[in-house]
Amino acid sequence: VTDIAWIDVALTSARPQAIGALLRYFRDLDAAEEAFQEACLRALQNWPQNGPPRDPAAWLIFVGRNAAIDETRRRRGHEELPADDQLSSPAATNAHDAEALLAEHLDGARYRDDILRLLFICCHPELPATQQIALALRVVSGLTVKQIARAFLVSETAMEQRITRAKNCIARADVPFDTPGAPERAGRLTAVAAMIYLVFNEGYSASGGDASMRAPLCEEAIRLGRLLLRLFQDEPEIMGLCALLLLQHARAPARFDANGSIVLLDDQDRGLWDRKMINEGLALIDKAMRHNRRGPYLLQAAIAALHARAGRPEDTDWAGIDQLYATLERLHPSPVVTLNRAVAVAKVHGPAAALAMIEPLAPHLSGYFHFYGVRGALLMQLGRAAEARVAFDQAIARANTAAEAAHIRLHLDRLIKDSSPSEDVPASTKPSRRVVPT
Amino acid sequence: MLYAILCYDSEDIVGAWTKEQDDAAIAKLGVVTQKLAAQGRLGPVARLMPTTAATTLRKGREVIVTDGPFAETKEQLLGFFIVECSTLEQALETARDLGRASSSMGSYEIRPLTLFQPGSTAT
Repeated sequence: VTDIAWIDVALTSARPQAIGALLRYFRDLDAAEEAFQEACLRALQNWPQNGPPRDPAAWLIFVGRNAAIDETRRRRGHEELPADDQLSSPAATNAHDAEALLAEHLDGARYRDDILRLLFICCHPELPATQQIALALRVVSGLTVKQIARAFLVSETAMEQRITRAKNCIARADVPFDTPGAPERAGRLTAVAAMIYLVFNEGYSASGGDASMRAPLCEEAIRLGRLLLRLFQDEPEIMGLCALLLLQHARAPARFDANGSIVLLDDQDRGLWDRKMINEGLALIDKAMRHNRRGPYLLQAAIAALHARAGRPEDTDWAGIDQLYATLERLHPSPVVTLNRAVAVAKVHGPAAALAMIEPLAPHLSGYFHFYGVRGALLMQLGRAAEARVAFDQAIARANTAAEAAHIRLHLDRLIKDSSPSEDVPASTKPSRRVVPT
Repeated sequence: MLYAILCYDSEDIVGAWTKEQDDAAIAKLGVVTQKLAAQGRLGPVARLMPTTAATTLRKGREVIVTDGPFAETKEQLLGFFIVECSTLEQALETARDLGRASSSMGSYEIRPLTLFQPGSTAT
């Protein structure tokens, strides 16, 4: 890894902590971003010559803050003097000397809240999901507008506007700068976890040619998840979230064939699954299970783990999956969870039991193509071909995009072919958004 | 004399490497370790999972188990065991056994491995 590449990675990994702290100083997102940008420019000049600082984030916060204060003073033309504590010390001229001093003042708990606050402002309830994701990727992850636009398959101008709108909304909103109490912290953590999961899903639900372009969103979500877990080490739901993302992303190399078509879970070459990610996911679940709190992420991760542990599709512990969905259903009742559970029930107790389970869902899921897809598959297995075809047609009629229709058609073709339901319908991914409390 | 060479770096940075960067880093190290292996000088090589996968057990009359890595700076790394365990529970139970047999206070950080090459030295 070259010097410049190293610096680039160091700047990216220091970014959430540095911008989070600068946001606390300036109480303004644009000001914090500008200060960070300036600090990065100085790092690029300074680090290759003087070597990397011991604590890059502390260096960037220090330099960014001073640069912004100097700039303010310059603009004001020294009309008014800043408060004493804002004056940069003579040591600031050599940030490397000052670094040791500053490092002593760094308070781990404070940074934890800084980063959480930064993530939290991206989850403002007034922001639609797509804006939350775009804002987090821009502000927290530091992706360029171009990179984000590419991932969302929109023009750069459109993405720029989307981010600007999101920022304007944030600027009008009341950003909580006080150190949060335990209940506020828990609330923020839940909102942030949901936002990270949205980022992941945005990447994961892509199909075909989009998939490779969107993979960086999944990787970014994993990075943010790990960041959050390092800050909140004893939160089983954050362990569960990280495990869920790792276990799902581990299948990425097997989810599409050479033509970019979707390969269903049962047909995937499990040798292509990323064992390293799976093992990390399993280790996190093991850790989380020591706590006696089973939240939706942990339960979904445990379901993904049972798939990951099965060497062959026929080794899958469907009874275990059924039980986990039953727990999920009890804790967070949702027709989509019941629909997912029905797929496991079909494997364990047969299609008749599964069909009986999903029939009452019809009024709730009448606009949802996966409902009809699963229903059609179950009817097919029961030999009720005419009814099955109606359900399949209803499913295709409800596909939202061509890619989704193709996905469903593939899925349906497969179901017609061997009359057995398969698990990897997006019903296992997208609907889980609704499972997660927001 | 056997020497342990312990690796320290920012897991933020190493964890952000792409698969290609990671593979390239491992391949470069492989050139060195293969040479050592040919000379009969290479013992076990291990790579640990991120600290997010760590659990720490504090020895003492009442054992305390916490999530996360060992974080005290007043104690120093004195040694390690590599143990095969089917679950974290078993690993913790093993650490408890070791703790009961141990004459000192201190902690065990329990961290799964992501890579292990047993190696063999001539001595």
